[in-house]
Amino acid sequence: MSPTSAPSSRRTRNRALRSPLARFLVRRIVTALLLAVGITLVTFVLTNLVPGDPVSANLGQRALGDPAIVAQWRADHGLDRPLPQQYLMHLEGLLHGDLGTSQQSHRPVLDDLAESVPATLELAGAAILVSLILGVGFGVIAALRRDRLSDHVLRVLSLIGISVPTFWLALVAFYVFFFRLQVTPGSGRIDPGMTPPPQVTGLYTVDALLSGRWDVFSSAVGHLAAPALVLALYTIGLLTRFTRSAVLEVLGQDYVRAARAKGLPGRVVLFRYVLRPALVPVITVAGLAFGSLLSGTVLVEAVFAWPGVGQYAYKSATTLDLPAIMGVGLVVGVVYLVINLVVDVLYGVIDPRVRVS
Amino acid sequence: MKRAGLFARTRVSRLPQAWRRPLAIVGTVVALAWIVVALAAPVLAPHDPLAQELPRLAPPGPGHWLGTDQLGRDILSRIMYGARVSIPLTLLLVVLSVLIGGLLGACAGYFGRWVDETIMRLADLVFAFPTVILAMVVAAALGASLGNAVLAVLVVAWPAYARVTRGLVLGVREREFVLSGRLLGFSAWRSLRVDVLPNVTGPVLVLATLDIGTALLLLSGLSFLGLGAKPPSPEWGAMVAAGVDVFDSWWVATFPGLAILTVVLAFNFLGDTLRDALDPRTARAIKERAL
Repeated sequence: MSPTSAPSSRRTRNRALRSPLARFLVRRIVTALLLAVGITLVTFVLTNLVPGDPVSANLGQRALGDPAIVAQWRADHGLDRPLPQQYLMHLEGLLHGDLGTSQQSHRPVLDDLAESVPATLELAGAAILVSLILGVGFGVIAALRRDRLSDHVLRVLSLIGISVPTFWLALVAFYVFFFRLQVTPGSGRIDPGMTPPPQVTGLYTVDALLSGRWDVFSSAVGHLAAPALVLALYTIGLLTRFTRSAVLEVLGQDYVRAARAKGLPGRVVLFRYVLRPALVPVITVAGLAFGSLLSGTVLVEAVFAWPGVGQYAYKSATTLDLPAIMGVGLVVGVVYLVINLVVDVLYGVIDPRVRVS
Repeated sequence: MKRAGLFARTRVSRLPQAWRRPLAIVGTVVALAWIVVALAAPVLAPHDPLAQELPRLAPPGPGHWLGTDQLGRDILSRIMYGARVSIPLTLLLVVLSVLIGGLLGACAGYFGRWVDETIMRLADLVFAFPTVILAMVVAAALGASLGNAVLAVLVVAWPAYARVTRGLVLGVREREFVLSGRLLGFSAWRSLRVDVLPNVTGPVLVLATLDIGTALLLLSGLSFLGLGAKPPSPEWGAMVAAGVDVFDSWWVATFPGLAILTVVLAFNFLGDTLRDALDPRTARAIKERAL
């Protein structure tokens, strides 16, 4: 078909795709979709490496003694088919929202995860908020006060932040603040005996605010504080170090010197000339930091008995609950993928050099 | 002669200047101390780390300076012997990650095309997961043991080296001395080994030093979750996990955790120093300050 006879919609589409931003977006989304398929493949292959036999994990002793029942169970779950076919069945199930049934809770994995994902998102969300405020703030202070005492102190503190074992810090925080000082409430998301707010978002703090239940809100914030701060310590350290070098890099630029020479007030130079370009790459690091927060939740939730994905992952890993492990890997992988996609797109929109390259 | 002397002074003084800073000294001393403890644990440890011969859950005091655990074992001795488990395994893990990731990254950068595509897409796939989650899934799939935990951490650790090495190799590949080598008829492997790799080892070594701490945190984290070392092994992460059950006996979890913290901190101090020393921009800044 000649270009002149092409439908006008195709011409419009071609024109749209010629814009670097559109091409950048399409490329990123296609990559993310391919990676999502890759994630399903990785979790499938890994869970098929498990030396334990899912048949013996699911059937009772009497049923295991009967070869007909075992064969029937294997056939029902598609385990008698070749692996590639099992993978395609698995993919088909995923497209219908079927993540399998947990061998421990005997409930659909999707239902289990639907209950635990909001708890983890609330914890990780609070932690990233604290990390961004403190990490970026400390980083800017360290850069502006380079080589002074505060810079050295912040450098040591940020190094300690990235060196502390999260699971140990969680234990110490729980022991000191709950057991000894009794300034924080114990484990869980709200005080025992308190009824959770009516579910809208699944985040207790937000739902309590929406329903006007201030007692639940203050309890939820109290329970959230200690695990969120423990979780945030690593990312605060990471962001402080990164922001410091990003700000230092910009401070040495000629245009900043020119702005100063022009006699602009320090605050204007800082906010308009230094922070705007310096904080753009921080978005990427914040995305990476969110990944380490999701990792950290496994270790922190186990200590604070926080009923999130981390605790579910831990329980399913130790009991070799195949569908649950596969579900956690998949859901966390996809959540992380989406966050990275958003970060990439945001970065491309803000900084034109990225989409051109 | 004078110029050579000056030149020699700047070359020689760059590294020591960075290493004379307090963080570097503390890092070196602490790391060396732990290595000595690991080597000399049988001589230094006051008790057998597995012997259940002391009163149970005794607080720190004479005869058991860091207290005892639920089975009446001396925590100080277990921490000292634990250094023989955690430190060598972590170092081995980082060396293997550097070798595997570095080699794959060098091949990807040097050969390009489908080699590059295959290796880097594999790396992307690993990067698509948060590290602990993937390591946990891999460790659970392989079965709970310390060896499998090392393998699991290896699976999540190599891509970082592959990515960094690939980037560095791409930068060096088109330089004149590499091209002239190829024009002289040297094989790809010789050119990679002789011309390219020596130019990328510095930054990879910095990454490796900084990664020792991360690897130890990940490995002990897996043990804490019950996916690494098994009892009665005196592995630090597993020792912290044992403290969860006896919450009011704070010493059971606190001291093994401090051991992890000090080792990770020491290697992070060292990595930071190494980076400052090898990065020309910061090295110049250090030198200017010193003058």
